[in-house]
Amino acid sequence: MDPARKRRARLIVALTVALTLAGALVYTSFASSTEASTPSQVMRASEPGRSYELTGKVVDGSVEREGEALRFRIRDRTGPASVAVRYVGAVPDPFREGREVIVSGTLQAGTFVAERDSLVTKCPSKFTKEQERS
Amino acid sequence: MAGVGAACLFVGLLCALYAVGASLAGARSGRRELAVSGRRAIYCLAGLLVLAFAILEAAYLSSDFSFALVEESSSTDTPTFYKVTGMWSTQDGSLLLWVLLLSLFSSAVLFLTRKSLREITPYATAVLGVVAAFFLVLMVAWESPFDSIAAASVPPDGRGLNPLLRHPAMMIHPPMLYTGYVGFTIPFAFAVGALITRRTGADWIRATRRFALVAWTFLGTGILLGALWSYTELGWGGYWAWDPVENAALMPWLVGTAFLHSIIVQEKRGMLKVWNASLIVTTFVLALLGTFLVRSGILSSIHAFGASTIGPQFLVFIALVVIGSMVLIVSRLDSLRSEARLDSLVSREAFFLLNNLVLLAIALVILWGTFFPLISEALTGREASVGPPWFNALTTPLALVLVLLTGIGPVLAWRRATLAGVRRVLAVPVACAALLAVLLLVFTNAADSIPSFVMFVLVGFVVTVIVQEFWRGASARRSMTGEPFPRALGRLVGRNRRRFGGYLVHVGMAVLFLGVAASSAFLKQRDVRLAPGQTVKVGDYEITYREPTAVLSDDREATGAPITLGATMVVRKDGGQTTVVRPARNFYPTRDPRKGVVSRYFEGEANSEVDVRWGLRRDLWTAVRPDISSLERPIAEADRRFADVGSSGLALIVGALLENYRKNPPPATFRVIVSPLVSWIWLGGALVVLGALVAAWPSPEARLRRVRSLYSARLGRELTQPHT
Repeated sequence: MDPARKRRARLIVALTVALTLAGALVYTSFASSTEASTPSQVMRASEPGRSYELTGKVVDGSVEREGEALRFRIRDRTGPASVAVRYVGAVPDPFREGREVIVSGTLQAGTFVAERDSLVTKCPSKFTKEQERS
Repeated sequence: MAGVGAACLFVGLLCALYAVGASLAGARSGRRELAVSGRRAIYCLAGLLVLAFAILEAAYLSSDFSFALVEESSSTDTPTFYKVTGMWSTQDGSLLLWVLLLSLFSSAVLFLTRKSLREITPYATAVLGVVAAFFLVLMVAWESPFDSIAAASVPPDGRGLNPLLRHPAMMIHPPMLYTGYVGFTIPFAFAVGALITRRTGADWIRATRRFALVAWTFLGTGILLGALWSYTELGWGGYWAWDPVENAALMPWLVGTAFLHSIIVQEKRGMLKVWNASLIVTTFVLALLGTFLVRSGILSSIHAFGASTIGPQFLVFIALVVIGSMVLIVSRLDSLRSEARLDSLVSREAFFLLNNLVLLAIALVILWGTFFPLISEALTGREASVGPPWFNALTTPLALVLVLLTGIGPVLAWRRATLAGVRRVLAVPVACAALLAVLLLVFTNAADSIPSFVMFVLVGFVVTVIVQEFWRGASARRSMTGEPFPRALGRLVGRNRRRFGGYLVHVGMAVLFLGVAASSAFLKQRDVRLAPGQTVKVGDYEITYREPTAVLSDDREATGAPITLGATMVVRKDGGQTTVVRPARNFYPTRDPRKGVVSRYFEGEANSEVDVRWGLRRDLWTAVRPDISSLERPIAEADRRFADVGSSGLALIVGALLENYRKNPPPATFRVIVSPLVSWIWLGGALVVLGALVAAWPSPEARLRRVRSLYSARLGRELTQPHT
């Protein structure tokens, strides 16, 4: 093969590989992503079995332990709508009532059943702001 | 003193602007003295920033709460170690650290190149000045670290450092990361200078590659220290979570790795010039992006500094850098033509290119995943995110290919490798890897996880290839010089520091990958609730919760926590020898006046002090979460009865409560992890640093070459200039 054709062939192969990989990247990310929603959205548009990433604030006085599991309610960042959460797994150190958290799971019979170890507490430096307000 | 600090920043900003103006004017008009004064303005900037830094540190050490920043992130009862580090836990203080490091690095590189690269240096000085000025403007206009509190309202005590940040790695993790980010500014600035002056040969690379290597080493070390912090401080037991900010640091490191490899091709073969210029621009932009992500609050992350005012400014600056660099590269395409063509796909340069593509692919995957919430919201209107499984699934195959390339690339010849040559150098390593695969299959359960198994075999392959390289080089030297083998080996490495330092880095990375592969696939973890006397079995370990511990003002990690609740656990391995582990949890008081005086001690931040038993074969990791709900009623009662008691009385009451907890312990929640080969991650990292040091250390030959080239350049000038 003459060098020019060889180079073109290489270019085509390289571009094909790159496009395939880029396609895989886009496809897998959309296919395996979890949607972030607020408690009121989850309650309203609850498709059973569908996986959500619930974000909101832990309701004051709602945290209680039930054997291995932790039960608490998460409410909208603005507004009183809240959903009950049942969670098993590691609890991050900054977890507190009133803190903003993210947890993934599915809605089952009115309770948001979280995946193991999916609890994330947002932004630990928020607490400086809380103290400022008080 | 706050006024002096603020003045330092303002005068520093003027210095930086002067450096930009003077160097540009000097370069345009050809007046050397202007360019020289621009360079000196950068030295001056470094001096001013050192002074500003010293003033702020002195305020932290003397707990001078008239500095708003000190009040925010330190207190009189914060241990000295964490007073020193308090500065960079804040937005403003970390900006100061960033620009201080930038000015020091800039001064170093400008001093070292003061006699060479006369055309490029003034433009590089201007670029460095612009970057410094940007950060100084941020501080002068929006985020001053020297905001002061009026004398009348200075509080008696500060709020203290965020307990999560009380970890030994905090002393070095942020400065290391910043040193890495900042270090990449240097090759970027020289690349821009080289492009502007169309001196696109390998000179700018030679002048700055050591800085790039040092920056790369610091950034890598910073990332690894962050992982260590996560493993020992965050109480979940992992070292990597694909958190946006972890990703933000990893991306410039990956692209910087690609840059360090592909510049070798430009130096040796005069190829990949556009590629290298683009890589260093990308690295620098990603470093800026990393600094920005932490501050913007656009992605939720554990590292967020909270909502910030300087996000838009960063975005504008990043956009300007991207557009400016692109225009510059495109307008210089004619000077960036390759001096050679790729002769064969089986050659050293082709494998360098492949390795670059794989590294960039990993960086792209991470970029996509990190910004996916924004992408998804823009495209579909729904905010969605991808989790660690997605990152793991996409990066694992790429990492495997990368390790394979690490094994093959270094032994290929430049231009065109012959099949016979490849067979000769790879026969032994392939045989060793095959043997290793068989041994693993027969004696271990490594094949339970296919990716990990493949990684183990590839690591074996890479390590044998490199050991063989050392062996062959040293043997050749011995037979030529008659030196004994150890000395031949030492001289071989000493004379070819870059090559053999690079090999050491490869071995280190291979070892690190070994640790990652083993610990991610074969980790055993249990979360259990145990009452005293109960036992849990994890892997080969039987762990018994013997008794609770509760101590007042005697936190063994010296983080300044008044209350530490913990557990004493007896560990029995295979029914044989026993050891004792003592995980604990520190409680930091809150100053919230809505809470009762006693509740404040229990309802503030709390933080795990995990107990890690490090081992070459496996780590035993334990954390405890004491249940203090049984204390709720006594605490509420104490709040009512002792509302006006003094601090010594409070200590007695809290002590009594702790005694109560110790006497009637409720069940506590434990997390126990048995994780194989985690230590190899840190060992591999240490080896990488060692290798990078060897590669970056100037060799006597290089110094000699430099002197010779300077001398011949002067001779050339004297010969061509007509004598008057």
